[in-house]
Amino acid sequence: MKESSNPFTYAPAPESRELVSIESSYDLFIDGKFIAPKSKKRFPSINPATEEVLSKISLGGKEDLDLAVKSARRAYEKVWSKLPGKERGKYLYRIARLMQERAREFAVLETLDNGKPIRETRDTDIPLAIQHFFYHAGWADKLEYAGHGSNPRAHGVVGQIIPWNFPLLMLAWKVAPALATGNTVVLKPAETTSLTALLFAQVCLDAGLPAGVINIVTGDGTTGASLIAHKGIDKFAFTGSTEVGKAINRALAATGRPVTLELGGKGANIVFEDAAIDQAVEGIVQGIFFNQGHVCCAGSRLLLQENIHDHFIEKLERRIEKIRVGDPMDKNTDLGAINSKEQLQKIVELTQSGEVEGAKAWQPDCALPSRGFWFRPTIFTNVTGAHRIAREEIFGPVLSVLTFRTPQEAIEKANNTPYGLAAGVWSEKGSRILWASRELKAGVIWANTYNKFDAASPFGGYKESGWGREGGRHGLLPYLTQSQTPRVRSGKGARK
Amino acid sequence: MSQERIDVKKTYKLFINGAFPRSESGRSYPIFRKASKVLLAQPAQASRKDLRDAVRAAREARSKWQSATSYNRSQILYRIAEMMEGRRSQFVEEIMAQTSATKSVAEKEVSESIDLWVWYAGWCDKIGQISGANNPINGPFYNFTSPEPVGVVGVFAEPDFPLLGLVRAMAPALVGGNTVVVLASEKRPLSAITLSEVIATSDVPAGVINILTGLRSELTPWLASHMEVDGLDISGEKSRSAEIRTLATENLKRIADFNTSISPNRILALMDQKTIWHPIGL
Repeated sequence: MKESSNPFTYAPAPESRELVSIESSYDLFIDGKFIAPKSKKRFPSINPATEEVLSKISLGGKEDLDLAVKSARRAYEKVWSKLPGKERGKYLYRIARLMQERAREFAVLETLDNGKPIRETRDTDIPLAIQHFFYHAGWADKLEYAGHGSNPRAHGVVGQIIPWNFPLLMLAWKVAPALATGNTVVLKPAETTSLTALLFAQVCLDAGLPAGVINIVTGDGTTGASLIAHKGIDKFAFTGSTEVGKAINRALAATGRPVTLELGGKGANIVFEDAAIDQAVEGIVQGIFFNQGHVCCAGSRLLLQENIHDHFIEKLERRIEKIRVGDPMDKNTDLGAINSKEQLQKIVELTQSGEVEGAKAWQPDCALPSRGFWFRPTIFTNVTGAHRIAREEIFGPVLSVLTFRTPQEAIEKANNTPYGLAAGVWSEKGSRILWASRELKAGVIWANTYNKFDAASPFGGYKESGWGREGGRHGLLPYLTQSQTPRVRSGKGARK
Repeated sequence: MSQERIDVKKTYKLFINGAFPRSESGRSYPIFRKASKVLLAQPAQASRKDLRDAVRAAREARSKWQSATSYNRSQILYRIAEMMEGRRSQFVEEIMAQTSATKSVAEKEVSESIDLWVWYAGWCDKIGQISGANNPINGPFYNFTSPEPVGVVGVFAEPDFPLLGLVRAMAPALVGGNTVVVLASEKRPLSAITLSEVIATSDVPAGVINILTGLRSELTPWLASHMEVDGLDISGEKSRSAEIRTLATENLKRIADFNTSISPNRILALMDQKTIWHPIGL
């Protein structure tokens, strides 16, 4: 159907760009000040929906990281570790409130920098990021109830590396628990998405957060590698690909310094024959096309009970034809831009392998903008467990459909992956949902829903999807150590 | 006519999948009485193949142990304590033979080992209550978190305390629902073998606990890097910690590394937290 002849077509409803002012270049945020990088290098940050250069971002080098780590250490020893929890909490409450006041600005900036639809940044990313600060603010003076005994201690300086798919939200997941537990932070945002982190730095200044408690060192992979190699950091946290996560783990393993890893996934979304089909279709769409599929916990493998396959696919295709792909700043847009050229190439390469290996691709016939990085929502049927598109994380709007006959077979196929971040179950039968939820080897199970997040809900993986949790009481534990005297049995030490 | 009776000596063997095989390699190695040159026993020197067999057995035993109710697991671990009590004198004698411990010191080690099983057995049906949560979500969802076992855990028994250092290392992994492959103390392995005889008569399903004797230098790299081992308790192997941690990175094994303290956190170090969401509505 042509757009013009469709009476239900939405008129454009663009959000105003005037809500934000972007500077032509940005410095690093170290010791409570914006300072030019010692590396003297800067790189462009572009809007992936238009390829327009938004700003020049500082490329942090080793010297810059040295300064940042020193500043974080000083802040930890002189200020932050001496501040009672209830006072630390007040800073976090202030930050949450200031972010609420500037929520629309953050949303617009995130959409321009990342390419995701304004509806998602406005309704999901920014409100959730704020909730994380508000939630963790309240923990700061209650840490003796967190589960590490009556006198838990912070590690000291925490080094954190975050991805580009939810830039501000991932910052919040990392920074809020770290500060609430009394650590100070050196944070490296993703190369392609630094702008909301730099606006967050301004919020920290406005909140009067003591200098050095949080330091933001923008840069690329080399900056991240230097951060991981830095001897002055007591604890690390990384969200990103399994490949990089493993490299980080290898680099740190022998040191014994703790690291939290939140890595990739290949989430199975299982639809049983007794599921509420329309709800399931909606959930599958949400599971794979939310945020252009740039979601580590995306439901990228749809497992359909064989007898409902054809009917379900038909409904799914009809629903996907209604997805509005295009200008992320338009409030009606469902699917925005792919975050970078590199990511688009990766998606293209993997989908090509799907066709070569014998799976059948389907895409809606939607128009794509002429500039920027775009990929149509895609479904592959005829997929087997051996296909690359069933095994490898695509991190794009691409769904691989497999079938099963028995519940046992569904679980076996769902668990047949080194990943274990998230999985979905669709059924109207309570006992089956609980059985499947128990059998699935994944850290998050969404039953009759998908891609839901909350500051109070622990999130994190099984197996090669990483370890440690973020959110909830469990998310505090990696940022604390036990300092109470444990029950010790005799028989300590060496015996001759 | 009277003649002194010749006593029947025990052959010390491996414990894999509920059976007591010798090493497939046919090897054994000598253990001497205390620091002397008097031969005490020649336990099996497990090979890489024995280790693989043990991991496979542990892998296959996972579903049985994980699907057992926590009440059932608790009773089985308690049963180990009951069975040990009946073999007290054998454990005491073996500790005295392998170490410099006096009788009273050895007796204390045995008592503490038995009591430790009782302490850990009681955690089976409680750990989920102190560690799980019902999470208050900003929306109409029921959301709860509970700990689950990581799977197969490689356990390094402590070198010095042949019995207590073994129980301390293996019990927490089992409480969480993991199955284990245990490397016994290299120089003091006899208590581990006797314990495996206790385990074999304590209703522990075959393959849930596998115990290998042999040389750490041979076995450690393979246990640390085995792709079907999901976690390691390295508390008993402090000297090779860095090497083991590095070898364990490929499949992101969970690492538990504690001092000799006992704590429910030691159980939780070898568990992953699962969070389940369901909408609430009419």
